[in-house]
Formats: sequence, C-alpha cells, structure tokens
Amino acid sequence: MALSASQLKVGDTHEEQVVEDLKRTQLVQYAGASGDYNPVHTDEVFVTKVAGYPSVFAHGMLSMGMTGKMLTNYVGDGRLTQYGVRFTRQVWPGDSLTAKATVKAIRQEEGGHIVDLDVSTVNQDGVEVVSGYASARVDP
Amino acid sequence: MAVEKFPVEASHILMFARSVGDYNEIYADEEYAQTTEPGSIIAPPTFVQASAQFDPDYFLRPKPGKPWFGSGKEPTGIKKEDSGGGGGGGGGLHAEQHYEYHRHPKPGDVLTATVKPGKKWEKQGKRSGKLLFSETVTEYRDQNGELVVTARSVGVQTERPVDQ
Repeated sequence: MALSASQLKVGDTHEEQVVEDLKRTQLVQYAGASGDYNPVHTDEVFVTKVAGYPSVFAHGMLSMGMTGKMLTNYVGDGRLTQYGVRFTRQVWPGDSLTAKATVKAIRQEEGGHIVDLDVSTVNQDGVEVVSGYASARVDP
Repeated sequence: MAVEKFPVEASHILMFARSVGDYNEIYADEEYAQTTEPGSIIAPPTFVQASAQFDPDYFLRPKPGKPWFGSGKEPTGIKKEDSGGGGGGGGGLHAEQHYEYHRHPKPGDVLTATVKPGKKWEKQGKRSGKLLFSETVTEYRDQNGELVVTARSVGVQTERPVDQ
C-alpha cells in the first residue's frame, strides 16, 4: 500500500491519534523493551522527590516511536529513508497525542521517487510535543 | 552507545512494537510479513535505540552491587549532587533524534554500533536555565559490515528541571 508520486501533492496530510490517555504502564513497557530504565520515566518517588518533576514523563523516544507508527502506516512498510525529530515538550501520563505528516515535496533521486514530509505531534491541548521531518520512497 | 553485538530478534521487535502501541502485523507475524513488500519481519523505525540492551555499561540500567539513582528504601540510591542536577536526574534529557535508513534491520541481523562524538554547544533556556547540548553520531552496521542505520542524537543537560 505504498504511496504513489503521481497521486501526491504538496500540502497533502495524514493524521492519526497515536495514543489516548497515556498510561504509566506503557512507560514501563517502553523502558523494558528499549532498555532505557531512567527512573524519571517509571519511578514516581524518585521523579517527584529527587528530580523535581510533578510526575513521571514519557521517554522522548516513546513519543518518536508512537509518531513513527503514523509514518509507517502512511508511507508503507520499509519505505522510510529518513526520520528525525526535536522533542519540544515533555509528554505526561494522561496525554493523548495526535501525529500528523504533511507533504513538503515530491522529488526524484537516483531514478526513484521520494516524498519529503513535515512531521508534527501535538497533545490534547494542541501543544506540539514532537517536531520533525521524514522522507520515504514512493512508487512513480 | 557503542555496542559490539546487537542481535536483532523477532521477539524483541514484537515487544518493542507493542511498547510504542504499534500492532502492525509485520512486527509480529512472520507468515504475514512474507506477504508484504519487505518480505520478512522488519524493525520499526526507532528500534535501534534498543541497542542499549546490548551495551554492557549502559548507564540507565541498574547493575548488581552498584548504586542506582532510582528509589528503593530511599527516594534515591545515590547522593543528590552525583545525580546530574535538575535535568533528568542523571541522564539529562533527549533533545533531538535523527535516523537515516540505508535499509531496515530484520531478525537474524547482528549489528554493531560505533559512536563518534559530535558538536557541543550552550544555550540559555527560558524554562530551564543554562542548557548544555551534546551530539553523538552512531553507525549501525550489519554482519557484512554494511551500513544499516545512521543515528544522530542530541542530548541536553539543564541547569534546573524544565518549568511546566
């Protein structure tokens, strides 16, 4: 279900809610799978009493991973050639995130077709938590 | 993180995909994956971050007999001045992450990761005081020495916890 360059136009968008009411348990799952056991993400006692935050918060890489799900659903499996983000705000338990890709350019490279995307993920208040870009191979 | 041997395994991909809420069957079911364009299970886009599991010295994993900064009997297992200040309590915060995919890793690959330090810079932040940024570039190569993923990471140590 790959995208096709001839069907795409600059400004096209694809949007998905990637998490609703983020659970602390999902932060534990991500810690276990990724190997990043920083207690700021899973240890309410440490993070409130020592690190000085109001609660545990999501790994930036979890926000990037959830945003990546929207991207691969849009461009198809194995099609990404580039994906990069800045983490602009922390993500907290209870947040609901919506990730969006916007077509920035459709171009040819080494005989193939590439789509360049702007990537943005916002929380339930419309505040951007992830800001980035991606590129993917598309069909002609 | 430098890693000598990062074996990519289907069960690890399954767990990782679940943890980011991605239930695409290409990460879970080899028979289904054979019907897709890649033709096998592949890793989701941010999977190489899990190479931390194969870094014996990874500092964000508790180790037997070593102090750990998370809570146990006390709110932290080490003295506050050693914990890296207000930033993220030891590791600082992750500011940026960039990936370039030469191909997507799949079960059976055995990757190595080599790390090159990049630029360092300072900035005055509105919500967290002075910010110290540092960049690293990690090259993931496969069992044939071919480049699979190039990752560039930017970390930041903040002077105090980020204002909310």
